[in-house]
Amino acid sequence: METWQFFLGNWQQTLDLSWQHAWVVAVAVVIAICTGVPIGIWITFNQKAADMVLYVAGIIMTIPSIALFGVMIPLLSLFGHGIGTVPAILALVLYSQLPIIRNTYTAIRNVDPNIIDAGTGMGMTRWQVLAKVQLPMALSVIFAGVRVAVVMSIGIGAIAAYIGAGGLGHFIFMGINQSYDGMINCGAFAVAVMAICADYLFGFIENRLVSKGLRP
Amino acid sequence: MIRLEKVTKIYPSGSAPAVNGVDMEVPQGEICVVIGPSGCGKTTLMRMINRLISITTGSIFIEGNNILGMDPIELRRSIGYAIQQIGLFPHMTVHDNIATVPRLLKWESQRIRRRVDDLLELVQLDPAIFRNRYPRELSGGQAQRVGVARAMAVDPPVMLMDEPFGAIDPINREGLQDEFLKIQSQVRKTIVFVTHDIHEAIKMGDRIALLDAGSLVQYATPEELLTAPKNQFVKDFVGADRALKRLDLLKVQDAMLVNPVHCNNTDPASEVAGRMQEKGLNYLLVCDADDHLKGYVTLRDIFDHTGKISDRVKPMTLTVRPNQNLKDALSKMLTYDIGIVVAVDDAGRLKGVLNTMTLASVIGQTYDEQGGRWGKVSAGGKIL
Repeated sequence: METWQFFLGNWQQTLDLSWQHAWVVAVAVVIAICTGVPIGIWITFNQKAADMVLYVAGIIMTIPSIALFGVMIPLLSLFGHGIGTVPAILALVLYSQLPIIRNTYTAIRNVDPNIIDAGTGMGMTRWQVLAKVQLPMALSVIFAGVRVAVVMSIGIGAIAAYIGAGGLGHFIFMGINQSYDGMINCGAFAVAVMAICADYLFGFIENRLVSKGLRP
Repeated sequence: MIRLEKVTKIYPSGSAPAVNGVDMEVPQGEICVVIGPSGCGKTTLMRMINRLISITTGSIFIEGNNILGMDPIELRRSIGYAIQQIGLFPHMTVHDNIATVPRLLKWESQRIRRRVDDLLELVQLDPAIFRNRYPRELSGGQAQRVGVARAMAVDPPVMLMDEPFGAIDPINREGLQDEFLKIQSQVRKTIVFVTHDIHEAIKMGDRIALLDAGSLVQYATPEELLTAPKNQFVKDFVGADRALKRLDLLKVQDAMLVNPVHCNNTDPASEVAGRMQEKGLNYLLVCDADDHLKGYVTLRDIFDHTGKISDRVKPMTLTVRPNQNLKDALSKMLTYDIGIVVAVDDAGRLKGVLNTMTLASVIGQTYDEQGGRWGKVSAGGKIL
């Protein structure tokens, strides 16, 4: 009840913060896809690199987010971006790497070698095999990784309010400081709704992009 | 035409050559089956022809051109390639699968579409139904046909097939092999066909290359391989039942008795029974006025019957076509207690009869044109 009243009184600000939140996550995920997918593809050619990249990405995942933000403040201060959206986006990009790289790598590696052999045997170049056979077949698993990254980023993005990136975490931290349950709940609830919507949206896009022939 | 000269493959890791100095020539329009125990190098040998595996020493010529002088990508696009049905791209429709090589060669889409439909008809799949299906919506046999159609997409003169029927159950495999041979009789491709199944080799091959530990042991026609195996290894490989395997090679029409004795549907039973006793026949085939097979009667069924033969006819549903092989015929023959199998044409007209005696004589190559009780009784085979 308190939450609903808070929302009615502050819906404009809630929407603003949601927008800010979504924007930070969206930029981070786009960058993460643009880096993670090519890295995931590249390491399928190189086992040594694969072991190393997956190891490092795994370590990054284990760093508590609040610590990562803390570590980035002095580092990015050198470029004048110690706090605000830049460190927030950078942290989310780093966190998103593991699910995206790992899923891309696994999915491409798991394409049946017979099917790759058929492609090569019919005269496809290495790149044509990748673009016409391996990637389309790996798409749904890559998408699963992206979905994990998006949902996770929305959650971690709330903590980024702590370093001044704004977003719905703003309500949560301010609510805690003021012991204002309505405000905390409103922020938390909005984050949850956003995560569910994003997951649903990506599921929809996945359905559109992944070939019908691959559905179970 | 494909010519292999002293082709050898040595893998860096292996001490013994995987393929050792193979010399052979596959004439234009023939199927060369490469066979041998697993690990004998048959797949390696085939994959060297489209350079999926590099040649260590020796050379391979296709239509007189050394393949080492060609761009491997161009070479592969000019050679049909079919592997077990698993090789279809699951994310592409049947149309897109078949269109793979035409698209790589940048054909225009109208031409591709026409070609795909033609090929689907050739492999007896209705384009309207199958064009937009995905591989997972096909049965094993249908997927295999699509695989063959895909390999023939740009009408390559040379095709490589690696156990293309390997994933199909034995019953459907027979049918697909027959169909493929029928297609091959129209298109006359030069085919290198890898299998581990000696029956398939004998049935499909114009020639068989038998490999052991990378070396070519015997390269001969199936007939020669069965009747004149070069050494003990060949004998063991083709098996002790060599004589039975010859059944794969021979057609029903080579062994059947033409104009077998039969009676008409409308003949009076008592007269027929009389003639049967006179000739010592226990059973008799029944046809209608146009020679369509109706079934058979036994003497016991009709000797006390006063009506027409048609009242007592037992149906005979298992028949063979004159162009089927004798192995199929034998298995059908064993189904009936009267020990014969009848050959009919596509319209169901009586063409001839096979019994165990004719089969035995054919296998023994002492086939007597007139032999057996099913021989000619009168002109046209009519009993009355």
